[in-house]
Amino acid sequence: MIEFDNMAYSYGGGELLSEISLRLTPGSFHFLTGPSGAGKTTFLKLCYGALKPTSGQARLFGQDVREMDRDALAITRRRIGVVHQDCQFLDHLPVADNVALPLTVSGQDTLEQVANLKELMGWVGLGERAGALPPELSGGERQRAALARAVIMSPDVVLADEPTGNVDWEMSQRLLQLLVELNRMGKTIMIATHDLNLIRTAKHHVQARVLRIANRRLQLAGADL
Amino acid sequence: MSLRASLRTFLVGDAQADRVVPPSGFTAQLTLFAAAAMAFLAVFAMALSLAAGRLAERWGAELAHSSTLRISAPSEQMAEQTAAALRVLETTPGIASARALDKAEQRALLEPWFGPDLPLESLPVPQLIEIVETEEGYDASGLRLRLSAEVPGAVLDDHTRWRRPLEAAAGRLRLLGWLSIGLIAGTMGVMITLAAHAALAANAQVIAVLRLVGATDHYIARAFVRRFTLRALFGAGAGAGLGMLAMLALPEAQETGGFLTGLGFAGAGWLLPLLIPVLAAGVAYGATRIAARRRLRELA
Ligand SMILES: Nc1ncnc2c1ncn2[C@@H]1O[C@H](COP(=O)(O)OP(=O)(O)O)[C@@H](O)[C@H]1O
Ligand SMILES: [Mg+2]
Repeated sequence: MIEFDNMAYSYGGGELLSEISLRLTPGSFHFLTGPSGAGKTTFLKLCYGALKPTSGQARLFGQDVREMDRDALAITRRRIGVVHQDCQFLDHLPVADNVALPLTVSGQDTLEQVANLKELMGWVGLGERAGALPPELSGGERQRAALARAVIMSPDVVLADEPTGNVDWEMSQRLLQLLVELNRMGKTIMIATHDLNLIRTAKHHVQARVLRIANRRLQLAGADL
Repeated sequence: MSLRASLRTFLVGDAQADRVVPPSGFTAQLTLFAAAAMAFLAVFAMALSLAAGRLAERWGAELAHSSTLRISAPSEQMAEQTAAALRVLETTPGIASARALDKAEQRALLEPWFGPDLPLESLPVPQLIEIVETEEGYDASGLRLRLSAEVPGAVLDDHTRWRRPLEAAAGRLRLLGWLSIGLIAGTMGVMITLAAHAALAANAQVIAVLRLVGATDHYIARAFVRRFTLRALFGAGAGAGLGMLAMLALPEAQETGGFLTGLGFAGAGWLLPLLIPVLAAGVAYGATRIAARRRLRELA
């Protein structure tokens, strides 16, 4: 579903990522790790087509990213749920509307979907906070709302960028639990994090591969984790 | 989707989709005010054009279809030259009828100046021939040429000498009126473009979020286009309404008042200002669409 073939990316200076080849298989669970500034966020952006490779190839659901126009990318993006590092909400809309935004912009905000929305808000534990505005939420609530928004379109893939960055240990376990549940439903998951403890606990619940960005390359991390 | 269905979607909209762009009270009010002011001005420009048009028509119609032939000749040649002139006129294309005024009619014409006892027979008064033209009119210079050959004492007065500049002035006034409407529409387009650019710039973050959740450019553009189009429509509707009320408050059109009191709408003309809000909405639609398309391309 997401494939890279000898891909490289640079923001204009030297290459930030080089010689990346990867194929995300359906139902897999990946962690993406590496020091801050290694290029984890950049890599995820390449995964959902927000950035295009400077060389090599990126394919989303079989389509070469460089041959897709903005509209084609927008539509493909509906199949990839993303939990952004800084969440990215519309601050003037209540949380529930923010969560429903992918439905709204794709013209699928039907009654049936609205019922699903309630269920989804309950699932992430925000049933009571549906009417709050995003700036009124705590860090953990924001992350859960962002996760709910990422999955509302029933995407095949969920990408999460530091989903536990601003939350305490307990909340990070809860978020991890939600992502593991999604994986059990068949979704392909990739979580970018520099939190090695999170990866260690995850390994008790799910069969996860750990990728590490080091020296611009993507490596499979060993058993030291 | 049919045009009607898409128009309905556009006007009725999707309440949820409408909210994705935050409300912007201040720009909204400015746009409304500008649209209203422009529409108000447009009503007057339109009234000016229509009044000038009516004037041009009236002057033209009153003067265009009649002219006079004057024959000055020694009295013994008068009857002969009059008959010759009538023969020429009868065979001139574009002349519906020509008739020599009889003595009584000529006397009636001169009476206001010389009193009722004028001895017309003993005075060298020219003979007048009244000419009525057809719709197409005749070729005055051709007629003059023929008359000078056959009726040496004939002078053709076709009124064009003083009719033309009046008609031309009224016509130019009408043109100026329509030009003003064009300029008003252009200015409105510029203002809406600026306002739309400001709104798009202020909402760069919103646009980024919408893109992240899979919104197409078309969807994002529509959210802005719809807003500005409706604002222009309502603003211009209010402005045109006020302009029409102001026109109603002008004194009635009167024959004697001439141009100034005739500056209003007549009959079906009252329907024309209703086009102004539609025109304003069209201008806003086009301007915002272009602005949004360009801006979204830049933000890519
Ligand atoms: N839009 C950008 N333009 C230029 N450089 C960028 C941009 N975004 C990120 N970078 C740089 O790329 C590097 C990797 O950033 P990022 O992918 O955010 O790393 P990580 O998520 O692993 O912390 C950093 O050095 C960062 O400064
Ligand atoms: Mg990052």
